[in-house]
Amino acid sequence: MTQTSEKTQEITAGARQLPWFVRGLRDGIPICMGYFAVSFALGITARGIGMTALQAGLMSAGMVASAGEFAAIGLIASHAGVFEMITTCIVVNMRYFLMSCSLSQKLSPDLPFYHRFLLPYCITDEIFGLSSAVKGYLEPKYTYGMTIVSVAGWTTGTVLGVLLGNIMPGWAVNALSVSLYGMFLAIIIPPARQNRFILGLVVVSMTASGLFSVLPVLREISGGFKVIILTLVIAGAAAVIHPIEESEERREA
Amino acid sequence: MNSNYVYFALLVMCLTVYCIRMLPFLVFRREITSPFIRSFLYYVPYVTLAVMTFPAIVTATDNIWSGLAALIVGLLAAWFKGDLFFVAISCCATVFLTGLIF
Repeated sequence: MTQTSEKTQEITAGARQLPWFVRGLRDGIPICMGYFAVSFALGITARGIGMTALQAGLMSAGMVASAGEFAAIGLIASHAGVFEMITTCIVVNMRYFLMSCSLSQKLSPDLPFYHRFLLPYCITDEIFGLSSAVKGYLEPKYTYGMTIVSVAGWTTGTVLGVLLGNIMPGWAVNALSVSLYGMFLAIIIPPARQNRFILGLVVVSMTASGLFSVLPVLREISGGFKVIILTLVIAGAAAVIHPIEESEERREA
Repeated sequence: MNSNYVYFALLVMCLTVYCIRMLPFLVFRREITSPFIRSFLYYVPYVTLAVMTFPAIVTATDNIWSGLAALIVGLLAAWFKGDLFFVAISCCATVFLTGLIF
């Protein structure tokens, strides 16, 4: 454990010296704000089908998945059976499978085993993005710090959404709703600036995603499924065209 | 709404989502040696986050021009400054300010 942390600290020493857990708490703040807005809307939806604040809060604390929870509310509303629940959950949340595969490669071989049961709970789009952006091995404390702050916001937002309904002013919901996307940009753009291939990858991904949302037939594909298809195809093609070298990966990953 | 059904459904779905996230951590306990898979997994975050950001950011607000402005400001802020909190706040402020105009 200390070994891992020393190794990670060494690699990133310089710019910021805050302990990893504190850095996690700090980086969790913008995630928390963005989550609050989204989960507030989620709470309003849950209230719409007759879920209580407790049920919606448990759902958010237990699932921590935006599209996944919207799907879950739909399933509960339609009184879906177990098989349908499980298959829908798998399809809607499959991108987390890819993210976990990716993040599993950022763990030090010396990392105690129990982290492999705790880290999965933390895999959301945003926390995954930031955890992968760390240079070298991931120090799990960083991920846990972010998770505590952001899941608190996520769950509180859901509960308040159920209890307060439409009390939050539209302009505030509007403004907060883009903060998560701003974070995504802050994760992918700086490496793209330094690496031409990643820049190309980002441009191709955004273009393809744009096409998927306007072209007939393709636009019928659900959001979660679109992410899976495009990730498999584009990241797969990128891996064939431009396999990374060990040094490159450790420096930038 | 039958509350037993709701709690049962929540349990089933929470466990399913947890397993989806947990299995890769159990399966890939060692570093993968295949250069293809390593490269693929290395590129996954960039592709996934790019796909999720665009065009969703443009349609996230109730005004497409606010969303577009947030995208442009976010890209510029990320390119020149790169700080997470700063970029996120810039995007929010852009939507708020353009909301006053449109």
